[in-house]
Amino acid sequence: MLDTILDIVAGTFMIIGSLLSLAAGIGMLRFPDLLSRLHAATKPQVLGLFLLLAALGIELRSWAVVPILVMAWGLQLLTAPVSAHMVGRAGYRTRHLKRETLIVDELAAVVAAAEAREEREHGKKQHRTDFID
Amino acid sequence: MSAQQRLKDAKDESGKPYRATLRQELPLLGWMVVVWGALWQDFTIGNLVFGLLIALVLVKVFRLPPIILSGRFNIWRAVVFGSAFMRDVVLASVEVVYLAIFRGPKTKSAIIAVSLRSESDLLVTFVGHVLTLVPGSYVVEVDRRSSTLYLHVLNVKDQTEVEKARASVMMIEERLIRMMGTTEEMAILKEEKLASSKEHGKQS
Repeated sequence: MLDTILDIVAGTFMIIGSLLSLAAGIGMLRFPDLLSRLHAATKPQVLGLFLLLAALGIELRSWAVVPILVMAWGLQLLTAPVSAHMVGRAGYRTRHLKRETLIVDELAAVVAAAEAREEREHGKKQHRTDFID
Repeated sequence: MSAQQRLKDAKDESGKPYRATLRQELPLLGWMVVVWGALWQDFTIGNLVFGLLIALVLVKVFRLPPIILSGRFNIWRAVVFGSAFMRDVVLASVEVVYLAIFRGPKTKSAIIAVSLRSESDLLVTFVGHVLTLVPGSYVVEVDRRSSTLYLHVLNVKDQTEVEKARASVMMIEERLIRMMGTTEEMAILKEEKLASSKEHGKQS
């Protein structure tokens, strides 16, 4: 009886977890630019992975696997924001973004000021043309 | 790390990084031993001692800059933070899924600057991680000298929502300071509360 209940719970977790990963994929396709796609890449699948790991813990019915499952999720929590930051930062710097999707950009002024300072100190730089502007 | 040391470290161009002592690396050593035990799925003493030996060799060979802890940790606040965090992770997923399916290409966003109260690298990093995992935003750029985070915020339509996003980041920082901030950071919070309650008093 208990086994059946646990199986049902684990199964539900797995289905919801997989759906969340699917939704992350849909978000990657549907959002307008790189910067907003990164939201889809980081958020839903963190919960999705949690649900899948929880289902795994329930199905295996062994306490010995719990620390490694917790660790797997913990590492995901630590690395997902870092990768989003790295990709977002690189994307912003190489202008892989659609300005019209942003209603405010408080970083643009800072970047412009830094560029002006750079120009004053080191002379005019050759403007890169291989970026999408 | 004092504010001076942090500035010196941020500006350091001599190529000599500030390094951790063994005592400062104790939390890292503890974590590595736990990872070792988890990987072997074996928490017997012999295995853990062997893991500790490997951890010691690793921290000796790959030296890291120190992580300075505040020396304060409030367990009750950690529980408050943890439960708020889990709730927010669920909300974040639901929000992004909803936007992905129903809003899609029409989604508007913003890049905003949030200047944090804390000067500690650890706390700023923590805030950056947490706000990436909860609804709304992730970090595009960091200004370490002024502890300013530049965030990309999904689904904002006007200036009031920008201010709301800023306030929610300050709220995350407040929860984290209450959990593990230094006493100076707690004092800043207290002052802020006092100032805002005075303002409310004037208005009413």
